[in-house]
Amino acid sequence: MTILVIAEHDNAQLKGATLNTVAAAQKIGGDVHILVAGSGAQAVADQAAKAAGVSKVLLADAPYLAEGLAENVADQVLAVAKDYSHILFASTASGKNIAPRVAALLDVAQISDIIAVESADTFQRPIYAGNAIATVQSADAVKVLTVRTTAFDALSAEGGSAAVETLTAAADAGLSSFVGREVAKSDRPELAGAAVVVSGGRGLGSAENFKMLEPLADKLGAALGASRAAVDAGYAPNDWQVGQTGKIVAPQLYVAIGISGAIQHLAGMKDSKVIVAINKDAEAPIFGVADYGLVADLFQAVPELVELL
Amino acid sequence: MKVLVPVKRVVDYNVKVRVKSDQTGVDIANVKMSMNPFDEIAVEEATRLKEKGVATEVIAVSCGVAQSQETLRTAMAIGADRAALIQTDVELQPLAVAKLLKAIVDKEQPQLVILGKQAIDDDANQTGQMLAALLGWSQATFASKVEVSGDTATVTREIDGGLETLSLKLPAIITTDLRLNEPRYVTLPNIMKAKKKQLDVFTPEDLGVDVTPRLKTLKVAEPPARSAGIVVPDVATLVEKLKNEAKVI
Repeated sequence: MTILVIAEHDNAQLKGATLNTVAAAQKIGGDVHILVAGSGAQAVADQAAKAAGVSKVLLADAPYLAEGLAENVADQVLAVAKDYSHILFASTASGKNIAPRVAALLDVAQISDIIAVESADTFQRPIYAGNAIATVQSADAVKVLTVRTTAFDALSAEGGSAAVETLTAAADAGLSSFVGREVAKSDRPELAGAAVVVSGGRGLGSAENFKMLEPLADKLGAALGASRAAVDAGYAPNDWQVGQTGKIVAPQLYVAIGISGAIQHLAGMKDSKVIVAINKDAEAPIFGVADYGLVADLFQAVPELVELL
Repeated sequence: MKVLVPVKRVVDYNVKVRVKSDQTGVDIANVKMSMNPFDEIAVEEATRLKEKGVATEVIAVSCGVAQSQETLRTAMAIGADRAALIQTDVELQPLAVAKLLKAIVDKEQPQLVILGKQAIDDDANQTGQMLAALLGWSQATFASKVEVSGDTATVTREIDGGLETLSLKLPAIITTDLRLNEPRYVTLPNIMKAKKKQLDVFTPEDLGVDVTPRLKTLKVAEPPARSAGIVVPDVATLVEKLKNEAKVI
């Protein structure tokens, strides 16, 4: 049994999510190979070769693989798929985009967002916004899976010494092309991988008020998150959204400020180790999952909290 | 050009579902059902393309039980011109739905298929991508902006860390993200008009598609409950607890 993990990267740096996915692959058991599809991505392949638990790295390098277009990357995965029993992607925007395309081309079902491995063909995954956990068995010859990265501890990026094998890149599908990308620059830790997350909701009242979370996040070394209500109201950018339809996080500490705690929001953060809620409404559902709740006006409590830290 | 919009009937997003005590699934008897929220956004986008003169006809499609007709009527009240139901009581998984939709696409020859990015019941986020694969078409998932001109669609997508823009050759598949648009409310006159619109019913056998589930659900369980928390009286106590009890700061 050999397992293929598709690397997440930006052609220069291997993303941490790949190491969580390798950890899930190790739980299935068998040799783990990593596929790096990109352009000028030798450095990424070298990093992947050093990751603990990886026995081989495949590098496919072509200009049309640079931007991770689903059509081209899926064709590349398909070119090597016959050698593998399992094909794993991180459950990120990129993994979710490509994995189902690969599964359909192989005529197999895909299992999304696995949170536990029970055996080589049986996996657990959340359904209904995390309100139920389904145990699912696949009878397909190849298992195509996406892995919820917060459910598996990342393997070390050091200690491995896998060989890098260069593949002939699959042809350009020519169906789509990359136009541009706007990525928000931030000095804060990445939301999905942060140890501490400070999130704000509609209770903040405005984009200006949302900035009052910044000193708190700085003191805690935290990433900033937001509820859907705050994002829709324009207080915070889209990619800060935590929830069923946004990012799924599971930090050591999650601080929810001015967030009522709708089902869809809880789906994205209820596996956090410690949850703190600050809300003036004592009846807010967020207090149902909070380890420590403070019923208070956030405009007084947040500055006071910054002061005491 | 024709636009096809698949829609799914799901448990309403405000309902907190309960797991059945025999762990065979969640209890959806007597629970309010609605159109999947992402699909409403898809129907709205198709309707706007028609209002702009880009689309000539919008066809809504649903796969599932007979009651899915209600969901299709809602789609037609928003703006779809006609609808098709592929009726079956078999539990449909995304690959089966993608194959059924491919059969409809082969029949109707649309230039664009707009789907929701995921259904809020199975949370799979697969059907659009699978349909694109089966058809050999281009795809743009998690769209927050769509512009169609000539034989290309320019789509802005929500990705981790920001936005990216792709140019797709038509025919193409687009899946909607939350911020693509704000679906309109359906008005009473439009609900009445929707009742008169054409709704064709097929079966998977009519379309020659095998919909046998490929994945077996062994068990559906409650997620582990969190232990009850405490309410602290003031910020000082909160900081003290986080430092000394939870030891997270």
